[in-house]
Amino acid sequence: MTEPIVQYRDVCKSFGDVEVLKGINLTIDPAEKVAVIGPSGSGKTTIIRMLMTLEEPTSGDIIVDGVNLWKMEKNGKMVRANEKHLRQIRGDIGMVFQHFNLFPHMTILENCMVAPIHVKKENKEEVRERAIEMLERVGLEDHIDKYPSQLSGGQKQRVAMARAVVMRPKIMLFDEVTSALDPELVGEVLEVIRDLAQHEDMAMVLVTHEMDFALDIADRVLFLDNGVIAEEGTATEVIEHSQNERLQSFLSRFRA
Amino acid sequence: MTITVLLAAALLAYTMAFIAGLSKLSNSVLLRKVTSVYVEVFRGTSLIVQLFWLYYAIPMLFNIPLGSNWWIGVIAIGLNYGAYMSEVVRSSIVAVDEGQAEAATALNMSSFQRMRLVILPQAVRMMLPEFGNYTILMLKSTSLVSLIGLRDILYYGDIIRSTNASATPIVYTVVLVFYFILALPLIWLTRKGEKIAKKGATTT
Amino acid sequence: MNTTYWSWERFFDALPFVLDGLWMTIFLTIACFLFALVFGFVWTFLRRIPNKSFNWIVTWIMEFIRTTPPLVQLFFIYYAWPVIPVVGMTLSPVQSAILGLGIHYSTYISEIYRSGIESVEKGQWEAASALNFSVWDKWKKIILPQAIPPTVPMLGNYFIILFKEVPLVSTISVAEILLKANTYGARTYAYLEPLTVVGIIFLLLSYPSALLVQRLEMKMNTRFDKNAVVKSS
Repeated sequence: MTEPIVQYRDVCKSFGDVEVLKGINLTIDPAEKVAVIGPSGSGKTTIIRMLMTLEEPTSGDIIVDGVNLWKMEKNGKMVRANEKHLRQIRGDIGMVFQHFNLFPHMTILENCMVAPIHVKKENKEEVRERAIEMLERVGLEDHIDKYPSQLSGGQKQRVAMARAVVMRPKIMLFDEVTSALDPELVGEVLEVIRDLAQHEDMAMVLVTHEMDFALDIADRVLFLDNGVIAEEGTATEVIEHSQNERLQSFLSRFRA
Repeated sequence: MTITVLLAAALLAYTMAFIAGLSKLSNSVLLRKVTSVYVEVFRGTSLIVQLFWLYYAIPMLFNIPLGSNWWIGVIAIGLNYGAYMSEVVRSSIVAVDEGQAEAATALNMSSFQRMRLVILPQAVRMMLPEFGNYTILMLKSTSLVSLIGLRDILYYGDIIRSTNASATPIVYTVVLVFYFILALPLIWLTRKGEKIAKKGATTT
Repeated sequence: MNTTYWSWERFFDALPFVLDGLWMTIFLTIACFLFALVFGFVWTFLRRIPNKSFNWIVTWIMEFIRTTPPLVQLFFIYYAWPVIPVVGMTLSPVQSAILGLGIHYSTYISEIYRSGIESVEKGQWEAASALNFSVWDKWKKIILPQAIPPTVPMLGNYFIILFKEVPLVSTISVAEILLKANTYGARTYAYLEPLTVVGIIFLLLSYPSALLVQRLEMKMNTRFDKNAVVKSS
């Protein structure tokens, strides 16, 4: 059996008095594609934001590739991780956001090049080649010198995916990447994700509302409800055989 | 004289604005407190009072004779506007969408890279119009340096007036027009800055 | 020389002398502000007259007043106005002060009025027309009640700015606190203590007022922000 790339151990998260996650236990294997579904407010996004180090868990551990993400050893004691520790691990993780978050003052190509050059100190020419190649793959080779404001939402999201993949992460996180898009633009973005899922051997975690799509490409589906993983299994297991009433009623809303 | 005071004071003001604006966002409580005192003292009292105060205080504190008025004018105007503009710097940085910092984090940028590559380039665009407006205000304030004996436009105007009373209206009209002419390029630059700011503000 | 060192004795000696000018400072602040409030309306009205060249002229006159130093404008009114034939007349220092600072700041106030009026949504104007309001009623019942409240904090800010600008008029011999301090200095050859008194007075009055305006602003924001949404996790 392979070593898991990510492990959540009893992870809880509260915002003020609101307990969003109440003990998450989860193991993700390298190259595994996991879809997280569930009603809004169930804490789906928080799960991946903690892995991206954008949100600190209230308690519990997240282990990435054998290393505790939010804690580190200092003088024999486990203490809260500092920025340096986080940065070491963060390099293995990439994320695509709901609202794209492209850098508006850079061209499409610059958006894809800035991090490899400045963060990973890679050779500029090599990065350039790789970035262009990646932009071709998402079908935007004609737009590389445009600015984000000149693109459609679907195109922006494809750039955002190229930008993340150019960093060669071991784990890619997708945070409701289609929910800010006009319906007719959703397809082109899903196509890119499907392509990545089939041809890249990185682990992927998709938080999504696109039920059919999630079930189609995911090795495993998690149903999150009330801050806990209420149901998990392969797509068929979860959809066809689950006895969970909340899941059934949640799914029925997508099958009208 | 008016122009050299303006240029030097503007340079000092911009520098102070960035130092104070960034300090206000720092994690260090002490740094934030010190900056707040600086900003509130200079914003809470009026420039003309500061100018007079420094005019008498600096020679006493540093034991130098009265007379280096040019520097006093520059320091007073620069520190005063630096305090006002630090607020522009701070609020522009805060106004950059949170998602930008998050995306930079997700690309594993260090906090310094985040500021330099992502936040500041966007924030500076937003600052441009306000910086333009404050520079025009600074130009107007340079008229105050005549009060501590600097030979600026107004100083010469006063001299002519005192020798020839009937020329007074013309003298002051000329002085006013002179200031206006100096302000015109600044007005133009400010409007240009507004356009750039609008362009930079389009969300991704 | 005995003025080289700081003396608390002189500080407390100067305190009542300088404070004596505070009433003049406050009176002038209020008078100039009221003048600017009224005159600001005039500018706003003039700018709404739909004639392109007239509009252009008004805009540039305002720009001229706004971008030239109020100090020079004060001198113009105080020294030059009386000498001008026909229209010229001699004004007292206080009258010149109110006129000078009042006109200067009216151009800023007018800008605030304009932003207030422009902040009223287009739909409101259309709704008022659709309900067949008269022009007078449209402004009185629909536009102004919505345009004025959001401008209150901005006007408050300008009140504080004006307060700090009033010492300018010491240069045309109005006996407010700065002139008082300078008079004290001329008499005793000690300027630093009386000027420090002036600084402290300004700080003590303007800082709390600034906080007050800030609170007002926050209150307004929550009341008028139509797009306010509860942030989701």
